[in-house]
Amino acid sequence: MEGDVVQMGAYIGAGLACTGMGGAAVGVGHVVGNYLSGALRNPSAAGGQTATMFIGIAFSEALGIFSFLVALLLMFAV
Amino acid sequence: MSSEATGAEHAAEEGGLVFHPMDQFIVKPLFGDTIAWYTPTNVTLWMGFSILAIIALLVLSTSKRAIVPSRAQSIAELAYGFIYKMVEDVAGKDGVKYFPYIMTLFMFIVCANFLGLLPMSFTTTSHIAVTAVMAMAVFLTVTILGFYLNGFGFLNIFWIRQAPLVLRPILALIEIISYFVRPISHSIRLAGNMMAGHAVIKVFAGFAAIAAIAPVSIAAISAIYALEVLVSFIQAYVFAILTCVYLKDALHPHH
Repeated sequence: MEGDVVQMGAYIGAGLACTGMGGAAVGVGHVVGNYLSGALRNPSAAGGQTATMFIGIAFSEALGIFSFLVALLLMFAV
Repeated sequence: MSSEATGAEHAAEEGGLVFHPMDQFIVKPLFGDTIAWYTPTNVTLWMGFSILAIIALLVLSTSKRAIVPSRAQSIAELAYGFIYKMVEDVAGKDGVKYFPYIMTLFMFIVCANFLGLLPMSFTTTSHIAVTAVMAMAVFLTVTILGFYLNGFGFLNIFWIRQAPLVLRPILALIEIISYFVRPISHSIRLAGNMMAGHAVIKVFAGFAAIAAIAPVSIAAISAIYALEVLVSFIQAYVFAILTCVYLKDALHPHH
């Protein structure tokens, strides 16, 4: 046995933090899927909304990146 | 996935080409061993390369001003027109004044991201220190500009008038928190995406040392590399477009 309980907890926590990426994946997929279904209903309006879609992707992706950050902090900073 | 994980362990036991996937992000001085604030490091070198790339693309290629543009000139013109239209669409007509700043940010990030995709290169934008400086600059610019242009009317962005009066204090609290999280998410999004993508490529490169699964992992590297080219561009675009969104808040704080 090497290491200690704190290190074990940090590693388990880092692994658990990765589940947050799944949430971000659901969010990004939701944004793009809804954009696509809207775009197929009204293709002429789709071009103007691409920027909005990317803003939505960026905001929902940021939360997934936060979970990645938590994992990194647990791995290297705690 | 599990077979690949055991493959990595086998490689480690057999003493094949094993390296840590995060090794590529270590800052090394170009000469000597000590690092002080003035030491030229690989970060300095690759930042210099990205600035040279911007100069080559935007200055040298457009110096002839050909009516029928060359390939390099049309790329420069496309990039200029693309960002100009984005600023105009998102930040409005009066946001066009700040177009040079956003163009600078976009070109620097996109060149640094693309140069970081070269083998043996160093991705400057994968370091939070680099992106945090850019994000803090945007945050401070937007905040100071908002107070300069609107006075204390800038605080209207926290007080949403469309909402019912009961909800407004709660919404104000949420808005204030989200306002101050902006520089963090703005910088970590770019650094995190770059770091994660490059680390994934290096992980698969480690698998390529094992003869049995080498073809699979080389195919995977090619696919992920193509994805990374796309991500490099999209992240630079997202950084620029979010700067425009924040700028719009400063220019028009009334929702």
